[in-house]
Amino acid sequence: MIWAIFVLLAAQLVGEVIARSLGLLVPGPVLGLLLLLAALLLVPKLADSIRPTASGLLSHLSLLFVPAGVGVVAHLDVLGANVGALLAALVLSTLLAIVVGALVFVGVARLMGPGGND
Amino acid sequence: MTELTDIWVYLASEPLLWLTATLGAYLAGDALFKASGRMPLVNPVLIAVALLALVLWATRTPYPVYFEGAKFVHFMLGPATVALAVPLWANLGQVRKTAVPMAAALLAGSVTAMVSALALGWVFGLRGEVLLSLAPKSATAPVALGISEAIGGLPTLTAVLVILTGIIGAVFVTPLLNLLRIRDWRARGFATGVAAHGIGTARAFQVNETAGAFAGIGMGVNAVLTAVLAPLIISLFF
Repeated sequence: MIWAIFVLLAAQLVGEVIARSLGLLVPGPVLGLLLLLAALLLVPKLADSIRPTASGLLSHLSLLFVPAGVGVVAHLDVLGANVGALLAALVLSTLLAIVVGALVFVGVARLMGPGGND
Repeated sequence: MTELTDIWVYLASEPLLWLTATLGAYLAGDALFKASGRMPLVNPVLIAVALLALVLWATRTPYPVYFEGAKFVHFMLGPATVALAVPLWANLGQVRKTAVPMAAALLAGSVTAMVSALALGWVFGLRGEVLLSLAPKSATAPVALGISEAIGGLPTLTAVLVILTGIIGAVFVTPLLNLLRIRDWRARGFATGVAAHGIGTARAFQVNETAGAFAGIGMGVNAVLTAVLAPLIISLFF
């Protein structure tokens, strides 16, 4: 478990260093994700040792957003007088984006024929 | 009663109290979620946030004091993002097969998220920097803040809008896509990650591991595409 945490943190650390030194807009953890993916492709055996910790962390991903969510409640006043308009735009736009994305995915997969739909 | 006051002074100055409260509130939210038969409206994040906000308000605890304890949980977001590489690697065969549908869905979902947010916001009477702050709302928080600043929005407002977008996506995605009878977990997960970033991805992992893996990809690629497209779309419309 300590090994798995070390691998995750090390990948994030290298990702942060690359992102900051090159001034990239992509966050360090996303680069860390790509680095770990590359490592897994090179050394597939690595997956066995980090999978339990990675699955444990991801199955409670929701928990990790709680502190930021509480921050939103503490800063709700920035919505100000526009709260109704902002919430309406957020709800409609988010639902629309999910529907369009999912329909386009299914549509294009179907156009490409069988084999892409198993 | 000085003893009780002393204990409170000690607790209020240590991270222990708010770290424990954060885990407790999440466990309560998760228990309610399971007791409800996993109803999407009973979202564990939403319940935990509401409980904690109530406790902070009742004890007059300022957010920075709360965050001193909660930051340990918040910190784990970084390693958890890196951990997405594992399900991604495990689903790589499926990912390769669906590269074209993913690219199409990414472009459609990302453009829809930005253009519809700007258009709807405008229709509802929003203008100026408040309207611009809406544009990157579907990208993951650290990226969205940078974009908001670059296009002339208000990063603090964008931070709040991003989290709200994630919660809205997580709450509505399951009934919405069930209504449309879309059963492909890859499509469901990917569209959720594009539109509702990490909080949507967390929701996808609750439902199905393949959906979670595809949501993680959607979140990652949309962070990059939003950064590229947002300035272009803004310059087209304003």
